[in-house]
Amino acid sequence: MTTGRRRAILFATCIVDQLYPTVGLAAAELLEQQGIDVDVPSDLLCCGQMAFNAGFRDDAYAVAGRTLEVLRGKGDVVMPSGSCAAMIRHLYHELFAHTPFAGMAAELAHRTYELSEYLVDGLGVTDVGARFNGRITYHDACHGLRFLGVGKQARALLSRVQGAEVVPLPGCDQCCGFGGLFAIKQHTISTAMLDRKIEAIASTEADLVVTGDVSCMTQIAGGLSRRNIPTRARHLAEVLANMVDAR
Amino acid sequence: MPQTIAFYDRVDHALHDSSLQTALHRATSRFIGNRASAISALGDADRLRDQARAIRAHALAHLDELLPQLAANVEARGGHVCWASDGEEARQYIIELAHARGVRSIVKSKSMASEEIHLNEALEAAGFEVIETDLGEYIIQLAGETPSHIIAPAIHKTREQVSELFQQHLGMPPTTEVPLMIRTARQALRQRFLQADMGISGVNFGVADSGAIVIVENEGNARLSTTVPRIHVAIMGIERIVARLADLGVMLQVLARSATGQKLSVYTSLISGPARPGEEDGPEEFHLVLLDNGRSQILGGQYAESLLCIRCGACLNACPVYQAIGGHAYGSVYSGPIGAILTPLLQPDLPDAHLLPQASSLCGACQEVCPVRIAIPDMLLRHRADAVKAGKVNPVEKVAIAGYTLTMTHPAIYNAGGKAGRFFSRILARKGHFRRLPPPLHLWTKQRDFPALPPKSFRELWAERKNQRRSSS
Repeated sequence: MTTGRRRAILFATCIVDQLYPTVGLAAAELLEQQGIDVDVPSDLLCCGQMAFNAGFRDDAYAVAGRTLEVLRGKGDVVMPSGSCAAMIRHLYHELFAHTPFAGMAAELAHRTYELSEYLVDGLGVTDVGARFNGRITYHDACHGLRFLGVGKQARALLSRVQGAEVVPLPGCDQCCGFGGLFAIKQHTISTAMLDRKIEAIASTEADLVVTGDVSCMTQIAGGLSRRNIPTRARHLAEVLANMVDAR
Repeated sequence: MPQTIAFYDRVDHALHDSSLQTALHRATSRFIGNRASAISALGDADRLRDQARAIRAHALAHLDELLPQLAANVEARGGHVCWASDGEEARQYIIELAHARGVRSIVKSKSMASEEIHLNEALEAAGFEVIETDLGEYIIQLAGETPSHIIAPAIHKTREQVSELFQQHLGMPPTTEVPLMIRTARQALRQRFLQADMGISGVNFGVADSGAIVIVENEGNARLSTTVPRIHVAIMGIERIVARLADLGVMLQVLARSATGQKLSVYTSLISGPARPGEEDGPEEFHLVLLDNGRSQILGGQYAESLLCIRCGACLNACPVYQAIGGHAYGSVYSGPIGAILTPLLQPDLPDAHLLPQASSLCGACQEVCPVRIAIPDMLLRHRADAVKAGKVNPVEKVAIAGYTLTMTHPAIYNAGGKAGRFFSRILARKGHFRRLPPPLHLWTKQRDFPALPPKSFRELWAERKNQRRSSS
């Protein structure tokens, strides 16, 4: 790490921006706690994954190309989403292959991080002074787990949350069924997958199910509340930044 | 779009079929558990998988040399080789051969390639009696169905359903004792082996440098099918080749462990040609059908990696979509993640083919377990892109994506959209969420709540916070 204050872009993602502002604030706070100057470019919107995953590569190119421009020449990019970070690190390569953006995309991929990996692997912290009195279980969001190798970092961070009892989630690496537009287009399969996830979560009797992606969180929370299960779904950053009430 | 309904109908049917759900859950959990312990028992599974991938990649890169080498070695040992560019040529060769040799009864051991070319129907239409001898295949043949899994064709059937079939077709007394059921099938099949004039098998690996074909199995039926009848016909996809006999050390290990969690399958047969003069066992004739059927078109393209596949079925077991809907819902010969890649390529005329790559949450569990590390999610995404290019798109989705792109490339529209969303959310959401949303989002709220939008976006809150800090400093 260089001396002096380090700077990082917080790419909160479009879903956090519109649906879960506290996740963005929590991520910013965690970074600032570690002495990072956080920058949130006001015109940074979306990584383009929705169009890319649906097969609309021209649309994805337009959205992601714009994001490349906004992030050009800036420092580390930190995202509270393994899925969106995986889009940049893993899929931009294919999206921008044989285009003038190829070099920029490769360069951006090298300085893009998922939040928990940035905290643990990049900054070397696991104890961020968090406290939660209750039982927590952790769901591995697929893209972070399988395309970035993220999971142990979140567990290390959670293990240092004071007052929390962290219990394993059966089938923690099984997909929750979100999958972007899959959740709508194949909604029956998506909710069948969700049923299994909810069953596993309920079996832990945890107060919180924590995950690193708000998309999975939306799916899981939507299933929990519809089924009147008291477990709440929260983003890792919210727990770490003490933004979750004990209830 | 009537074709699209068929796929979704099959999915719904599968999700509501409680026997299927029970069968799938039992079988896939067992496969996953067995595979996991077999893989973790290996000292260095990752290295072995890398070696397996390298062996397969080398073979595909040298198909033009290895296939003629295999064919020459087979012929040198007295076998015959048929180069079949498609299913029609393969079927015709086998049917003509069977007619010429006065064949009446045929036994088959498991072969997905034969499923791919609908061989059984063709043979039966030509007047031959065809009996499947793999227990799972035999079960579905009795039921008049097709395989729903690459290595466990009757995975969709519960023990209870199999018992009913055997009672009905084989006169078995009522029982669900597995040993009794197996004995019943074995007695019925043993007669067939002895009567058969021709045995048809698949091929797990063709070995170029020795001219041998390798068949792995657990029941011994493949060994009987390939040795008892006077003619043996083996059908092999042209990609299922390895360069050297020595490659099998790696390939057999990853295949068995990935497929069933065994260290090695119960029977591994290396077959190189018919019985030689003086040999008492073995068929009088051996024929190897090398089936292209679209594979050479895949080589060198953006789906070439799919040809590395060794048909272990691990990706099916690991796939949460396959676990939920089973193989028949796909409506194709090959199901599951690898089937969603192969079907649009090998069965392009299937009306639902382009929908199969959509039936994935892109979770990546398939790639994680693949013994040759095929990047299945990446190829699913390419299929989706190809479908868009070909205009096979739902019109609602097309509009939605256009709106998305406009929004995500124009901050002013994005901000206005967010404000509008928050306005409607204040009016329509109750207790922090929506219980119902208008179409097409009603598909979300059928079984899930959707969160109410917060009063302010993160970027608005961030801007406020920055201003406060500026004014307070």
